[in-house]
Amino acid sequence: MTTTQSSTTVPGPAPGRPDLPVLAELRCASKTYGKGGSAVAAVRGLDLAVRPSELLAVLGPNGAGKSTAIGMLTGLTAPTSGAALLFGQDPRSIAARQRIGVMLQASGVPETLRVRELLTAFRGYYANPLPVGTVIAAAGLGGLENRLFGALSGGQQRRVLFGIALCGNPELLFFDEPTTGMDPEIRRTLWATLRDLAGSGRGVVLTTHYLEEADALADRVVVLDGGRIIADGTPSAIKSLVPGRRITARTCVPVAEAQQWPEVRSASREGPWLTLLVNTPEPVLGTLLSRDPQVSGLTITETSLEEAFLTLTDRTESAA
Amino acid sequence: MSIRTTIPPDVTRQAARPSTFRVYVTEARQEFLKLIRLPIFAATTVALPLMFYVIFGSTFAGQRAGGVGVTTYMLATYGAFGVIGAALFGFGISVAVERGQGWIKLKRVSPMPPLAYFVAKVIASASVAAVIIALMFALGASIGGVRMPPTQWVALGCTLVTGALPFSAMGLAFGYVVGPNSAPAVLNLAWLPMAFASGLWIPISELPDFVHSIAGFLPPYHFVQLALGTIGASEGGSPAMHLAVLFAFTAGFLAVAAWGFRRDEGRTYG
Repeated sequence: MTTTQSSTTVPGPAPGRPDLPVLAELRCASKTYGKGGSAVAAVRGLDLAVRPSELLAVLGPNGAGKSTAIGMLTGLTAPTSGAALLFGQDPRSIAARQRIGVMLQASGVPETLRVRELLTAFRGYYANPLPVGTVIAAAGLGGLENRLFGALSGGQQRRVLFGIALCGNPELLFFDEPTTGMDPEIRRTLWATLRDLAGSGRGVVLTTHYLEEADALADRVVVLDGGRIIADGTPSAIKSLVPGRRITARTCVPVAEAQQWPEVRSASREGPWLTLLVNTPEPVLGTLLSRDPQVSGLTITETSLEEAFLTLTDRTESAA
Repeated sequence: MSIRTTIPPDVTRQAARPSTFRVYVTEARQEFLKLIRLPIFAATTVALPLMFYVIFGSTFAGQRAGGVGVTTYMLATYGAFGVIGAALFGFGISVAVERGQGWIKLKRVSPMPPLAYFVAKVIASASVAAVIIALMFALGASIGGVRMPPTQWVALGCTLVTGALPFSAMGLAFGYVVGPNSAPAVLNLAWLPMAFASGLWIPISELPDFVHSIAGFLPPYHFVQLALGTIGASEGGSPAMHLAVLFAFTAGFLAVAAWGFRRDEGRTYG
């Protein structure tokens, strides 16, 4: 990947609320790991600001720099150049960390501590912690207080980590891939809780590779690829960056043939269902109907965020 | 998250500060709980030195070493063995494991004072060391027939428990250099020969000359000579020299640990 491509400017009103104070920001922040010839740039010149009541989703493929960006904002790693600020301060300052809550990806917790002990320890670090009962209820840990962490199921352990992030009654929360490994029902409950958190005036930043999650939840989506922001806007603005429609139909037309049709960007098949991503649907529909008059279950929808995302990141790849 | 509770809106913050003292107490208490709730740790770290003391003490009962009765001498040597083991394993392995699992990272993004994590571990391993020494002294005074003036009991006990400090630093350095999975093996590989060569198992005077010449380079040797000094059974060398060597080793180990701590900063990727 070269540095030739530029970030896509999203038309329409700027996302977020520029009138509100900035909670956390990256200013032209870059992070390079290693030295000399083997140096790898994890993120390059990131500019990012998080404001109250905002639910910001950071999207990107593996290695895009999502965790590095979160790491710089939370003070786990210092930018090689540029600046990371948390409430206007160095993210490593204890005073700034008093105001955040963080749920990291795959945090191991000592298995021989009880849930209540873990919450007590973390609440103790904050000047104004949430009451332990509130944390337990919000994280769904009722009845588990006296269990050892090692005796909990994977989903319950994720909920303890979520509870730990809430302990300090934070103004800004970071969730690194929070719903990975959660079953769909629990995931939806967590989504509701995240929306509540943003609704109560807090800033929420989450990284995810579930695009439906970003689509359903976020006020604003930042797409990272190769350590750069390639798009920044509301989910619908991001989707509108990629014009076109998705056609799904039950048909016997082979994928390889459909790919050759004009206006078709890509074709895929799942069982009897053929899915086409097209620039303009009308000519494709004509071809499809004349080729297979038996076609059924025909639907035309807007492209999903996932397709927009794939197209955007593809564009970056081909610019290389 | 089965129950949805509305989290109260962000309230205006009072300029309160969390109690730093309470943080340290909670951390130390939890470090201690973490150690003793692991039966394998309790069994190997606490029971092993006591068992060795009883076995070797009764084997050589009636003999003398360093000018004192062997059961008295071995209170210092197996006491040192127990204290160092608690510090190395309680500290070293837990740091290595917690680095590997990301626990330290979670603590680092919280507003916990960073020192609290390490101070708590030192207090916990010193507490385990105190438990070992108390039990060993009880065994010595009862079945070992050890008789000493109270001042010597106190001096020996305090010297031994204080030994948790330099060896916690050594454990910390190991914890930052060694990977989480290999930590127990590497520590045993380093520690057991070192314990032998430092005269913790068999009185150093009984060991071959070449072992003698190595011993001076090993921190446990200097520690056990300090402990033996409190009961008038030291091999030689002034306590000031042994102390200086231990301080130098401690500084070296802390430097290694600090290097590892900074190196970890670059580990978030992707």
